[in-house]
Amino acid sequence: MTPILEARGLSRAFGHVQALDNSDFDVNAGEVVALIGDNGAGKSTMVKALSGNLQLDSGEILFEGKPVHMTSTQQVAAMGIEVVYQDLALAPHLDPAENVFLGREIPAKGIAGWLGFMDNKQMRRKARASFDELGATVRSMTSPVGSMSGGQRQGIAIARAIAWASKVVFLDEPTAALGVVQTKNVLETIKKVRDRGVAVVLISHSMPAVLEVADRVQVMRLGRRIATYTAADTSVEQLVGAMTGALEVSDGRDAA
Amino acid sequence: MSTLETTDTGQPVDRQETGESWIKKMTGAQSVWILGVLVVIIVFFAITGGRNFFSASNFLQISQNLAVLAVLGVGVTFVIITSGIDLSIGSVLTFSSVIAAKVMEAMGGQGWGTALVGLLVAIVSGGAWGWVNGFLVAKAKVPALIVTLGSLSVALGLAQVITGGIDIRAVPTALADFAAYDKILGIPGLAFVALIVVIVGGIVLHRTRFGRYTFAVGSNEEAARRVGVKVDRQLIYIYLMTGALAGLGATMYLAQFTTTTIAGNTLTNLNVIAAVVIGGTSIFGGEGSMFGTVVGLFIPAVLQTGFVIIGVEPFWQGVAVGIVLVAAVYVDQTRRAAALRGARKNRRAARSAATAK
Ligand SMILES: Nc1ncnc2c1ncn2[C@@H]1O[C@H](COP(=O)(O)OP(=O)(O)OP(=O)(O)O)[C@@H](O)[C@H]1O
Ligand SMILES: [Mg+2]
Repeated sequence: MTPILEARGLSRAFGHVQALDNSDFDVNAGEVVALIGDNGAGKSTMVKALSGNLQLDSGEILFEGKPVHMTSTQQVAAMGIEVVYQDLALAPHLDPAENVFLGREIPAKGIAGWLGFMDNKQMRRKARASFDELGATVRSMTSPVGSMSGGQRQGIAIARAIAWASKVVFLDEPTAALGVVQTKNVLETIKKVRDRGVAVVLISHSMPAVLEVADRVQVMRLGRRIATYTAADTSVEQLVGAMTGALEVSDGRDAA
Repeated sequence: MSTLETTDTGQPVDRQETGESWIKKMTGAQSVWILGVLVVIIVFFAITGGRNFFSASNFLQISQNLAVLAVLGVGVTFVIITSGIDLSIGSVLTFSSVIAAKVMEAMGGQGWGTALVGLLVAIVSGGAWGWVNGFLVAKAKVPALIVTLGSLSVALGLAQVITGGIDIRAVPTALADFAAYDKILGIPGLAFVALIVVIVGGIVLHRTRFGRYTFAVGSNEEAARRVGVKVDRQLIYIYLMTGALAGLGATMYLAQFTTTTIAGNTLTNLNVIAAVVIGGTSIFGGEGSMFGTVVGLFIPAVLQTGFVIIGVEPFWQGVAVGIVLVAAVYVDQTRRAAALRGARKNRRAARSAATAK
């Protein structure tokens, strides 16, 4: 089976920091892949590379088996790839629905839509529905998101990504600011999204969460993927060992 | 494909929710507060000045005097919401009025034909300055303050070079009559034009995608970029529009005074910016309203006429406006800081809850 999204030998340096060092990555449709690694291992940089937000020094990206050049966020969004960034990337002065639909506003019907008017009611209704589906506790649909709690904002960012992703969704530490119930909701939603046939890439420092939802776990260290595990036959100790370098591992490619 | 395109729960929209947000968007908390200030000022002068102040003719006179500033204020409101600034509007107005007056002088007619050509020329030359500003801000990434300080100087300098510093008094009678005598629906001509521009500007800002992107760019430029908003193009359009409105303002100015005023617009930019900011548009971007700008324009104008009527030296107007400006921004900032503190507290609580488990 060809991975829906695959990275081969990606490299990118920031000054003398080799953020990505000839690293591979792959994810299949209908699969949850956890991407783990210590702080600064290069996880967020990998996500940026795979979502058209990073100029690469070298390497190749394949989408549905074909090489692609990711040049703009619009292009990546049109491919059905969505990202929840670690910093959420919401506009704090806009309300939840305005954020969910930012850049993809539903035009009003007829000539009004052609003039640039929007169907705010419909956008608000649909945004509400996607928050409810996620179980996100968005209490006010009219307050600016900047006035909301970290968890609420995270819920909004996740709902936005999941709502638009048809092929791949990246979640960079999506549960970091969430309460117990909300974390559970997000993990349940990840499973639901996977069952829809979407590939989910989950970045998380919470090993129990990773082992609960992931089908495979890929470990990064110092800018490269050093190991891939099947979640079912691995343990927290093994993952932590690989992450910190206490455990000698090899991706196979390097050994060959 | 994706849920947002397919899910339609048919859930009824909470009417109150949408209604409330619409009013809130149209007005904004700060502009409601500042409207209260305006009302207090009006009541004060109505009591002390009596019918001399509180009359339809006085208010029509005030709106006529505000017309040009209001047209400029529409553009500047957009610019400031993007967290930009445009210091050049006064000079661009002067420049455009000089070019338009030159063209109308060369054409020589006194009718609407000449006037309309003059209007077009003014809008195009104002728009050209706006485009230059927008291009340098968006593409060359020079701070808006510096870009527009530069174009302020260059536009004024060129206006002086072109005229040799001598004002041109070549305004077709059609245009002058429009400002002096014509009324549309009982409203003086210039005030009517300004009203239309303000209403259209308000609708574009608060009801259309263009307006939403304006707020988004000012709120979080990076977030807007990531979801595919063409941020650079948005900025260029906004500065271009502001310049073009300065061109329209130039024509209105010519109509009102029947001469260019090369030395007369040095404080126009600051007056307009002050009005926009008094009206609750945040210089940090992401927040503001057209309604607030209108209120912000009226406060200094009402103060000025009020002082004249009750016999206070009009110089006090400057003192009063300066105090209102700083007070308005101070109140705005404390409100904002309080909101932010609340959000941060929530976030910290959420995080400690997450780590506690
Ligand atoms: N824009 C940048 N400029 C300079 N250095 C960068 C930039 N982006 C990433 N880096 C560096 O690249 C390395 C990898 O960063 P990255 O954000 O990918 O780590 P991460 O695995 O996501 O870590 P964390 O778990 O802390 O989020 C770090 O050393 C970081 O300092
Ligand atoms: Mg990261």
